[in-house]
Amino acid sequence: MSLISTILRRLVLLVFVVAGVAIITFTISHLIPGDPAQLIAGDKASAQTLAHVRQELGLDKPVTQQFVIYVKQLLSGDLGQSLRTRRPVAGDIALFLPATLELGIAALVMAIMIGVPLGVLSAIYKDGPVDQAARVVSVAGISMPVFWFGLALILLFYVKIPILPGSGRITLGIAAPPRITGFFLVDSLVAGDLKAFWSSLYHLILPAFVLAFANLGIITRQIRASMLDVLQEDYVRTARANGLSRSAVILRHALPNALIPSVTLLGLAFGDLLYGAVLTETIFAWPGMGSYVVSSIQTLDFPAIMGFTIVASLGYVLINLAVDLTYMVLDPQIRELG
Amino acid sequence: MTEPSGDVLLEITDLSLEFRTYRGPIKALNGVSLNVRAGEIVGIVGESGCGKSVTMMAATRLLPKGAAHITGGGIRLFGSDPMKLSERELQHVRGRQVSTIFQEPMNALNPTRRIGEQIVEVIRRHQRLDNAAATSKASGLLRDMLISEPERIMQAYPFELSGGMRQRVLIAMAFSCEPRLIIADEPTTALDVTVQALILGLIKHKATSTGTAVVFISHDMAVVSQLCDRLYVLYAGRVAEAGTTASVLAAPAHPYTRALIRCLPGLAPPKQPLEQIPGTLPDLLDPPAGCLFRARCREADDRCVSVPPLAAIEPARRAACWRRIEETQAA
Amino acid sequence: MAADGIATSPRPASRLRMGRLWYRVKGSPLTLIGTAIALLVLFVIMAAPLLAPYPPDKISLSARLAAPSLQHLFGTDEVGRDLFSRVLFGARASCGIAFAIVIISTVIGSIIGCLSGVVGGIVDTAIMRLMDVFLALPALILAMALAAALGPSLFNAMLAVAVVRVPAYVRLARGQTLSLRNRTYVKASRSFGASPAYMLRWHILPNALSPIIVQATLDLGGTILTAAALSFIGLGAQPPTSEWGSMVSSGRNYFLDQWWYVTFPGLAILISAMGFNLLGDGLRDMLDPRLGGR
Repeated sequence: MSLISTILRRLVLLVFVVAGVAIITFTISHLIPGDPAQLIAGDKASAQTLAHVRQELGLDKPVTQQFVIYVKQLLSGDLGQSLRTRRPVAGDIALFLPATLELGIAALVMAIMIGVPLGVLSAIYKDGPVDQAARVVSVAGISMPVFWFGLALILLFYVKIPILPGSGRITLGIAAPPRITGFFLVDSLVAGDLKAFWSSLYHLILPAFVLAFANLGIITRQIRASMLDVLQEDYVRTARANGLSRSAVILRHALPNALIPSVTLLGLAFGDLLYGAVLTETIFAWPGMGSYVVSSIQTLDFPAIMGFTIVASLGYVLINLAVDLTYMVLDPQIRELG
Repeated sequence: MTEPSGDVLLEITDLSLEFRTYRGPIKALNGVSLNVRAGEIVGIVGESGCGKSVTMMAATRLLPKGAAHITGGGIRLFGSDPMKLSERELQHVRGRQVSTIFQEPMNALNPTRRIGEQIVEVIRRHQRLDNAAATSKASGLLRDMLISEPERIMQAYPFELSGGMRQRVLIAMAFSCEPRLIIADEPTTALDVTVQALILGLIKHKATSTGTAVVFISHDMAVVSQLCDRLYVLYAGRVAEAGTTASVLAAPAHPYTRALIRCLPGLAPPKQPLEQIPGTLPDLLDPPAGCLFRARCREADDRCVSVPPLAAIEPARRAACWRRIEETQAA
Repeated sequence: MAADGIATSPRPASRLRMGRLWYRVKGSPLTLIGTAIALLVLFVIMAAPLLAPYPPDKISLSARLAAPSLQHLFGTDEVGRDLFSRVLFGARASCGIAFAIVIISTVIGSIIGCLSGVVGGIVDTAIMRLMDVFLALPALILAMALAAALGPSLFNAMLAVAVVRVPAYVRLARGQTLSLRNRTYVKASRSFGASPAYMLRWHILPNALSPIIVQATLDLGGTILTAAALSFIGLGAQPPTSEWGSMVSSGRNYFLDQWWYVTFPGLAILISAMGFNLLGDGLRDMLDPRLGGR
């Protein structure tokens, strides 16, 4: 399988996936019990208003035509109007997306920084105390209800031992940095506002850790398993037989080969991260897409829910594509032959 | 013929070793004794599973930790006990003083790093050379292995090379720090017959020109007889017979050695049908009493219910067979 | 090369297998713990009415938000219901829904996957491309959207999660089918004119089952979490149903002062998810020693 043909295959799949998302969200929107026009116009609307809304939304047209209109709107970046905020969904998402990304990236970095060393140690000292502890931590991570863990940590580190903030992105009273990227950490540095930077960083610690914890388990497991595989390889034995130091054997010969197959995991982890973000943001009142979609769910704001679904799915698909390409670039066998 | 008189590099005395499994301990080695002196080429022959590789991996402590347990005897490698060395001291012995060439060249090189980097890494680990000097040394080593464009090979990844080419790279790597001893563990078994002869020639030539001692592990009596000064024949974790190659081939003392020789077209007496050895290796989880070869031996009798010692039968010749021991004593 | 070349005397195969199984289990206390938790959960589901000291819906306004005591082991909620009893009954909704989801998606997925593999050709290609599309999407986000569209209820949440889990089982079952289809005995059966349905029933399904069961066990833990999470954000069980996720959700309003309200239902989720994850891990390790490490 060469690099180029793989990329082409993935791009074709991408087209299908995007079409699939459109069909799924369109179908779901039509599954909604009740009349969307009624939802938008409100309970007290007159028959005339309803007809007007229906016409405006194109609900009086045949389903196939409605789908064409829907796809056209999607292609032009129009995700409809939120029933709750009365603003375009696309604009709302653009507003909340950076907060989610900031949280997600922080969590991923944290999970990798703890999970990779833990997995490596676990494989080297297989069945030893470190390995046993790491296994317990990873099973706990995989089995932990994110929403409950968040509450527990707030109780511990915000209420009982008040050392960390328990909600929001920045301390009340400190002005948010002027929006450039929407990432508070970046924007505050650009603005030279160190006070806002430290406050944002403090606020990030607990939610990012909660979100990282579940992925920590998955990463630790994956690294442990592939390290164990790699440590049995002949080339590791060669390196040892040639007297290379323990750290050279592990860091230069075993780990890179163990990391390559683990890269694909990153893409999948992103899916869990997105979903976990929905729950984490709710707990920590983090003003991101997750909080937005939960509020939308609670008010049955379907355009917002579907808009979120489309954006999340597209992001997931694109990130997985990028991850797979990275994987191929990292593996010399594929890179050189491609 | 007497044994060569160089320094003893490796001396294994009465070594017993077992692998612990859920079914009980497998007694892989049972009182193995052997020694290797500077500059000589020593062969270890036997069927798969007889303990050839295990013996040598025990000597360099490359056996997987936890699985193998030494239950008796001792090893002296360059005058010290490898079991008592720290991990760090061991690293300075491996590669620098003793290096190993393994059987399977396909996976013996790191797939994600270039050939050159891997050789240079070993050289710079043990010698005070800068990158440029180590690189030119590596290319010289590859040239010695009859590789015509070492620079191009050093830029390649392992998967771009053939098995024979990879094995040459590994041999170059093994010789890179001028070790005193090289352990070649079936280095040609996985290769085409046409490449085998070349590889064997390269090892022999390089070893004689540098004065490096080689322990050559093989199941192939023909290969060993071409290459080695002395032989140890191993059977089921015991030394069956030991002596100079010439004397062993001329008058094999142990029935197992005779059987091994009769299996080979080139070595068997002419006009006799080739043979195979009936039966299989005994179960080392639950070994039978007495001589372990008894069940497969055509000459076995009452004496063989007790284990024969490895006794001297001639100067520099030892065998573990009652028939031969008693003949010697009678004479 | 130490052990593999050594011949072994013949031993009864079944005894050897049991011996190896026991050797592995003995060396893995975590698997034992997992098995114990899974059995405990099953017991609680069946015996909840016998074990619970109070009816789960019994309101007692005089004992609102009482701290844990001998009368109320886990304390009480904002209308004085006994949390211990509610947690016990909650096992029925929380774990029951997870069992239902896994069973539904396993059965549907396996049937589609096996059929797709046996029939082959353009049908197979079409099904698998469709599954590729589904698998390329974030399943839990889709489940959330679907559950929202169907309307918030425990049944709809179950349906939504089951639907998005089907494609993974289709792929697993199809992979198994394809590898089995090329085995000699299946080919032989086909050469005797066996129908696809016959082959599916007698050759494919029985042999494809064990990896599917392992996967299903592994998924149970995750499904318990998903179901609880959907209830937590208001998409699953609705009050006053005793369900762990929705109990944490209501308890959230009191968690600063009444720690026990969120703590015990949450612990119940964690422990039962952990039990099934440990059990699934252990099963997988036993069936595939290469993955296990032991």
